[in-house]
Amino acid sequence: MAFQSEDDKKAYWRKNLNLMFTLLVVWALVSYGFGILLRPVLDAIPVGGVGLGFWFAQQGSIYVFLAIVAIYAKKMRALDREFGVDDD
Amino acid sequence: MDLQTLTYIVVGLTFALYFGIAIWARAGTTGEYYAAGRGVHPVANGMATAADWMSAASFIGMAGLIAFKGYDASIFLMGWTGGYVLLALCLAPYLRKFGKFTVPDFIGDRYYSSTARIVAVICLIVASLTYVIGQMKGIGVAFSRFMDVDYSTGLYTGMGIVFFYAVLGGMKGVTYTQIAQYCVLIFAYTVPAVFISLNLTGNPIPQLGFLSDTGDGTPLLVKLDQTLVDLGFAEYTAQKGGSFNMLMYTLSLMMGTAGLPHVIIRFFTVPKVSDARTSAGWALLFIAILYTTAPAVGSMARLNLTNTIQSGPVGSAEGNLVYAERPEWFKNWETTGLLQFEDKNGDGRIQYYDDTNPEFAAKAESFGWKGNEMIKVDRDIMVLANPEIAQLPNWVIALVAAGGLAAALSTAAGLLLAISTAISHDLLKRTFMPDIGEKQELMAARIAMAGAILVAGYLGMNPPGFAAQVVALAFGLAASSIFPVLMMGIFSTKVNNTGAVSGMLVGLVSTLVYIFTYKGWFFVAGTNMLPNTPDNWFLGIAPEAFGALGALLNFVTAFVVSNMTAPVPDDIRHMVEDIRFPKGAGEAQDH
Repeated sequence: MAFQSEDDKKAYWRKNLNLMFTLLVVWALVSYGFGILLRPVLDAIPVGGVGLGFWFAQQGSIYVFLAIVAIYAKKMRALDREFGVDDD
Repeated sequence: MDLQTLTYIVVGLTFALYFGIAIWARAGTTGEYYAAGRGVHPVANGMATAADWMSAASFIGMAGLIAFKGYDASIFLMGWTGGYVLLALCLAPYLRKFGKFTVPDFIGDRYYSSTARIVAVICLIVASLTYVIGQMKGIGVAFSRFMDVDYSTGLYTGMGIVFFYAVLGGMKGVTYTQIAQYCVLIFAYTVPAVFISLNLTGNPIPQLGFLSDTGDGTPLLVKLDQTLVDLGFAEYTAQKGGSFNMLMYTLSLMMGTAGLPHVIIRFFTVPKVSDARTSAGWALLFIAILYTTAPAVGSMARLNLTNTIQSGPVGSAEGNLVYAERPEWFKNWETTGLLQFEDKNGDGRIQYYDDTNPEFAAKAESFGWKGNEMIKVDRDIMVLANPEIAQLPNWVIALVAAGGLAAALSTAAGLLLAISTAISHDLLKRTFMPDIGEKQELMAARIAMAGAILVAGYLGMNPPGFAAQVVALAFGLAASSIFPVLMMGIFSTKVNNTGAVSGMLVGLVSTLVYIFTYKGWFFVAGTNMLPNTPDNWFLGIAPEAFGALGALLNFVTAFVVSNMTAPVPDDIRHMVEDIRFPKGAGEAQDH
């Protein structure tokens, strides 16, 4: 048994899911939101001759995806250590 | 030195490198053959995954796709990168903790069912085999265009190379070759992009040049829009398709990316669960370098091409390029058939405009134009001719040849590996011949690989008429059948064997039927039941975008059926709970 208690196991999983859902909301927001559905609104903000919505669709969303994966890896490492279930 | 010799030298050197790696990275055990001994550094695996992922289509085709579709091609940019977020957050770490070798391995064990395993193998083989046809074609085409050999010679050479390192080294050989191939392809992609961006905008970073001003002070994209509209084409930055379809299409590509087995198995090669998380980030970074460059290459190449032909004001007699004075690269690509010109109005000049646009027709007629004279502008030209249009030295052109071949070979090898391991491991060892020893399994894996290469080579030589359609099928199947059962296998302890099998079949069949309804049964022309146009699509969803809806049907079916049938046994519930934290993953092996 890797966890100290059943409660720990539940708490770890809940925290993991919360982090995952939060990041997936951002993931959906920058791509489906900013890049597609909200493009008409965001395009009011000019970026390099086109709108911010267009930039998110062809560039920005990809940069945010990178940040999401990096944040998840970092935060999960900390969470693993906190609960003593890391693999180091 | 002439271009031909230089190309042979550069391509020859990269091939020698791949052979060297193959001999160095021979596999001695099934662990090495299937998962490279689980000793691949996360950064190295990220690079290998990027090469595995980026095919001939990404390298040669995507910039052209963006150049001609403009904003609407954003679905590919977001879809093919956003899938890595799903992989990193929802799949890769857990599947690595599970610690087996293949995707059907997980599905078969988690749903304690041979039926589930076999259905997964079938989905895997259909998805991977359809995908590999395109790669084999890519190899043949790349050879024939760059090295002046015929298609079949090119294809056989490619098969021979993959055979050598994949049969000998399995995952281990493929991994280290893919790392080398990534370096070749990314260098070959970015060097011309940097120069073309520098030429047009003065900014050496294509991602920034894309948003910068051109020589006359107009932003690049504004200028491109204006140039295109002046010739009757649609604006580059305008949205042409429906928003809901774009959303569903993007979602399908993301789920499909996360569900493609040849990508998933790459994450079985890293030593630890935490490595699987970081490795997905590295993979995405290495992919993003190409994917964020592609829109810059696409838009700049389109502007360059259009400006070359429409060299003066639209409509003036001297505004168009005189055919006899066309640049050297134009002639070169005419001989390959990728560019074709026909002087419809007999004025000896080239008119390139959208003659299908009724609003522009009257204008064109008043100019004395008698139709678009560039009767063929293959979109692959955007990457292939780029170095020549930007007047780069010959070694850059030779490098693009090596890069295109690296992209096609690396993806083909990854797909063939996924297919052969599914046969030797999932079908033989785990289902039909559980008594075979490790040596026999390794031999079976090598024979399966050789067989897969021959089948892929045959399909590459005789591509079925539907070859162009099948990539949509591969993503649709991965999204609707494989991705949902993997998600449920990890995040639910309630979904049982019957639920998973019914879910997979419903996802698979609904997606196939939807695609066939509009594209013809098994892609046979004329057998489609509804015309493939937006007003006939269900809720405006294109056949290529149905994967996400197929996935939804899969999820719903699996939950409903699981609720009505026997609950998941305790040992399986424990197994699921056990893959949810990193500690205790299988040890790394040294090699």
